[in-house]
Amino acid sequence: MPGPASQPKVRVVTFRVDDQDLSAREDETLIEVCREHRIPIPSLCYLEGLSVWGGCRLCMVEIVGQPRLAAACSTRVIEGMEVRTDTERLRRYRRILVELLFAERAHVCSVCVSNGHCELQTLAQRCGVDHMRMPRRPVSYPVDSSHEMFRLDHDRCILCTRCVRVCDEIEGAHTWDVMGRGSDCRVITDMAQPWAESETCTSCGKCVQVCPTGALVKQGTSVGEMVKDQHFLPILARRRQPR
Amino acid sequence: MHLDDLAEQAATIRARDAETAHEIRVCMAASCQSSGSGQVLDALRAGVEPQSSSCRVKGVGCMGLCSAGPLVAVAAPGDTLNASRLYRDVTPADAPAILDNLGKPDPIERLHCPTDQPFFTAQHRIVLEHSGQIDPDSLDDAIAVGGYSALVHALTELTPGEVIREITTSGLRGRGGGGYPTGLKWSTVAKMPGPQKYIVCNADEGDPGAFMDRAVLESDPHRVIEGMAIAAYAVGASKGYVYVRAEYPLAVERLTNAIRKAKRAGFLGSQIADTQFSFEIELRLGAGAFVCGEETALMASIQGLRGQPRPRPPYPAEAGLWGCPTLINNVETFANIAPIVREGGAWFAALGTEGSKGTKVFALAGTIVNTGLIEVPMGTRLAHIIEVIGGGIPGGGRVKAVQTGGPSGGCIPRAHLDTPVDYDSLKGLGTIMGSGGMIVMDERSSMVDVARYFMEFCMTESCGKCVPCRTGTQQMHALLERIAAAEAGRAELALLEELCEVVQATSLCGLGQTAPNPVLSTLRYFRDEYESRLVD
Repeated sequence: MPGPASQPKVRVVTFRVDDQDLSAREDETLIEVCREHRIPIPSLCYLEGLSVWGGCRLCMVEIVGQPRLAAACSTRVIEGMEVRTDTERLRRYRRILVELLFAERAHVCSVCVSNGHCELQTLAQRCGVDHMRMPRRPVSYPVDSSHEMFRLDHDRCILCTRCVRVCDEIEGAHTWDVMGRGSDCRVITDMAQPWAESETCTSCGKCVQVCPTGALVKQGTSVGEMVKDQHFLPILARRRQPR
Repeated sequence: MHLDDLAEQAATIRARDAETAHEIRVCMAASCQSSGSGQVLDALRAGVEPQSSSCRVKGVGCMGLCSAGPLVAVAAPGDTLNASRLYRDVTPADAPAILDNLGKPDPIERLHCPTDQPFFTAQHRIVLEHSGQIDPDSLDDAIAVGGYSALVHALTELTPGEVIREITTSGLRGRGGGGYPTGLKWSTVAKMPGPQKYIVCNADEGDPGAFMDRAVLESDPHRVIEGMAIAAYAVGASKGYVYVRAEYPLAVERLTNAIRKAKRAGFLGSQIADTQFSFEIELRLGAGAFVCGEETALMASIQGLRGQPRPRPPYPAEAGLWGCPTLINNVETFANIAPIVREGGAWFAALGTEGSKGTKVFALAGTIVNTGLIEVPMGTRLAHIIEVIGGGIPGGGRVKAVQTGGPSGGCIPRAHLDTPVDYDSLKGLGTIMGSGGMIVMDERSSMVDVARYFMEFCMTESCGKCVPCRTGTQQMHALLERIAAAEAGRAELALLEELCEVVQATSLCGLGQTAPNPVLSTLRYFRDEYESRLVD
């Protein structure tokens, strides 16, 4: 008869999120638990199945007794912690962060192939961003249409690096990376050459599917036609976990 | 090696040096070199016979008073800087006069720079104690003044726990700007399990107007190496990295040289001082990104990755270089270690204030008579530093504000110059100690321009990873441009303040979180300057 299964070393903790009592394994992050319990926490860089990036700062939450805000994607749950995800202050900060993203590049929804299926657009609507107080940064970048199946438009990129991570961590090609500094950062293929000339790209299209905006899209799509499917990612990530 | 052997070696070197009556020391740190001290050194050497028994000419490190360079000190071997006869603004043509004057009772009047003036006498030099006295390229010079004796003492007579206890007792706090207790950091890394640990020396000094770490590395590199080796012994590390910016070629050259010589003499490498302790140091050059001074970005850069910060925790003490426990301290912090081990933690703790012990090196810059490098006890009043040591504003003008902490810091107005310089007092004024840059401004300076300058710096140095820092600094800079040009109204000033709040609260790393500080602090003390430029 087999002996009892060895006890896992990870403990389960209980804590409160917005006055709701929750329990989770102590190695889980706040955003994972909140998504599991359908507590809405906005994020543009976090995606289940990819490593944590912590760049968009939209998932910031308040932890009672802690002076600084915490990013839900990179904060592990702690026994007894009390989290607030929807205070007036957080709503105001999120609104400004979304506004900042819109002002950084030329995000014009009405002519975008992702119109209606864009995570940035949806978030803006939820956060109540209905007008812009900041001037748009007067910079435009060329579109890379060299690839026979896909297209890259930097003007719609929010530098969430989902494409970089999925290509490196899931596809294993590491075709994508980031170059430059500050607002001049751009995602690049290989050594910043046209996508079609990339020697590492497998044309799998995962980057296009995980892109939250209309920055990476399929060729031949027209306004509002680009619908993305990200369901494959958590399934792939789960199947790769050691059993 | 026994401590007595090292002491004997030092005594032999000192006795050999004492056979020469005069030592002519020429400052060969970067700022004096840029005003021509290399040619002065050559001219003096040409005037002295190579094997002369009466006079020796040598290049030394920074003497502090950079605005008077090239500096040349005439001293008896072993004399400190303050005991020497100092000459300022020396040119190669002055070499014969200096050599002629050797041994004469009076100095050359037109070149003389008295060392009994407050700039020299009001300082308290621990980190810089041998700076400007020893030849940074000579291991013998370092040993003669007690170099590596603290390391050998620690290795042969103290346990790692005892070393950490001395550092904790000393009350030393991180000199890179954050002010985290050094002893606590060391004991955290020491307690972390694991066969491989790392020591990192952060020499990526990037604040505009700051050059403390450069001067230490150029003047006394062995002191930093010794501090790192003691730290490695205390926490159980066997490998160290110095992350130094490539913009400091002279510091890189001297450090490389010093590491090679220390290794050859058995102060680095395997079985140091005939103990079981082994430690190697490697240099890594930064390619010019300010953000790489942030510890997680710095580690990424050492590993060959893009220099970008990552969320903490885990802190480097837990998971640093290649996931191993890593101790990161700044150059000046490591430079304080040997004296603490030598003199004891209590000696160090007797200096300074309640919450800030020891001394601090500052780089005095801006509109001030004596620009250069100074070291004062913590708790020295700002007014004392500026008016007495710094000599005040040229032409007798009035100080308007002092900027400390670089782009993460703020401006202190004249009304608060009575404040003692320590971590907590400066924080209370809305600025930070920072790494030690101190920029003095007189009444002609516009505070909106100051804020705009630092915001431009943060904008161009933002790594681009997180949204608030990347786009927020760019929007804040645009708003400051409009305010400076008198094109903005009240709504834009309100938006600027709101952006300050959001960027401070939501940015990923310290660079973004503190980027609004120059704006917030100038708004706090000089709000009228902003409002007078508004159009409505």
